[in-house]
Amino acid sequence: MGSWPSGVLVHSADSLDKFRLGDVDAFEELFRLHQRVVYGWILRIVRNPTAAEDLTVETFWRIYKAHARFEAARGFEPWVRRIATRAALDWLRAQRPESELTEETMARQTTGLGADPGVTAEIRSKTERAFARLPPKLRVAAVLSVVEERPHKEVAEALGISVTAVKLRVFRALRLLRKDLERQGIKP
Amino acid sequence: MSAHDEERIKTLLRQALPPVDAEPAPERDLWPAVLRRLDSQAVAQPRSRWVWFDWALAAGLALVAVSFPASIPLLLYYL
Repeated sequence: MGSWPSGVLVHSADSLDKFRLGDVDAFEELFRLHQRVVYGWILRIVRNPTAAEDLTVETFWRIYKAHARFEAARGFEPWVRRIATRAALDWLRAQRPESELTEETMARQTTGLGADPGVTAEIRSKTERAFARLPPKLRVAAVLSVVEERPHKEVAEALGISVTAVKLRVFRALRLLRKDLERQGIKP
Repeated sequence: MSAHDEERIKTLLRQALPPVDAEPAPERDLWPAVLRRLDSQAVAQPRSRWVWFDWALAAGLALVAVSFPASIPLLLYYL
């Protein structure tokens, strides 16, 4: 699970300094280096490849717009991850919950990719719908922590909240999910 | 919610939303789109920033003039 593996994405201090001054060439260098991990991070949150591409563009636009506020001491990757997470969260807030069941995810459910034989397609579909009805900030915490198994500390930094707040959001998400599934007649 | 329930919900969630592949990549080069976005910002930004500032300044002056009518001659003197 390799977004932002430490020590792999190396950029010179010089390119960061130039970027901070608004140099577009330095910005392109950083873009080329980070676009894939930014895209991957956003895709993990929104789970829609087309939206993830648009949000990657939006994220880098926000990054460039905020270039003067970048603090090298706090690191480029955490800063970028926070901006990307905020862009993805904004997108989730703007979506209608039911619209997030894409054709791709429906196809995956019917083919049963990675499926537990004990869990029917109907249960998976109901779970996904129930998840889509959760408040976006709970969904982001749950999808990154539970599904993608990212460390709580990383999720907390990306959301700009404490580790305790992440755990609380995950707990609330799971509790709401259980209640929703129970209402639909599924006893976890 | 018991620990067993929590684990069961987590399992259901992972079944419904399998983790994304380790290294997903966008299907197209996104740099041209970023550049287009930057260009449109470069054209739009100065105008919108000054319009906002002008309106704020005008509103502030109007507020001062209404609240302290005696300050109007002073404001006119400095215009």
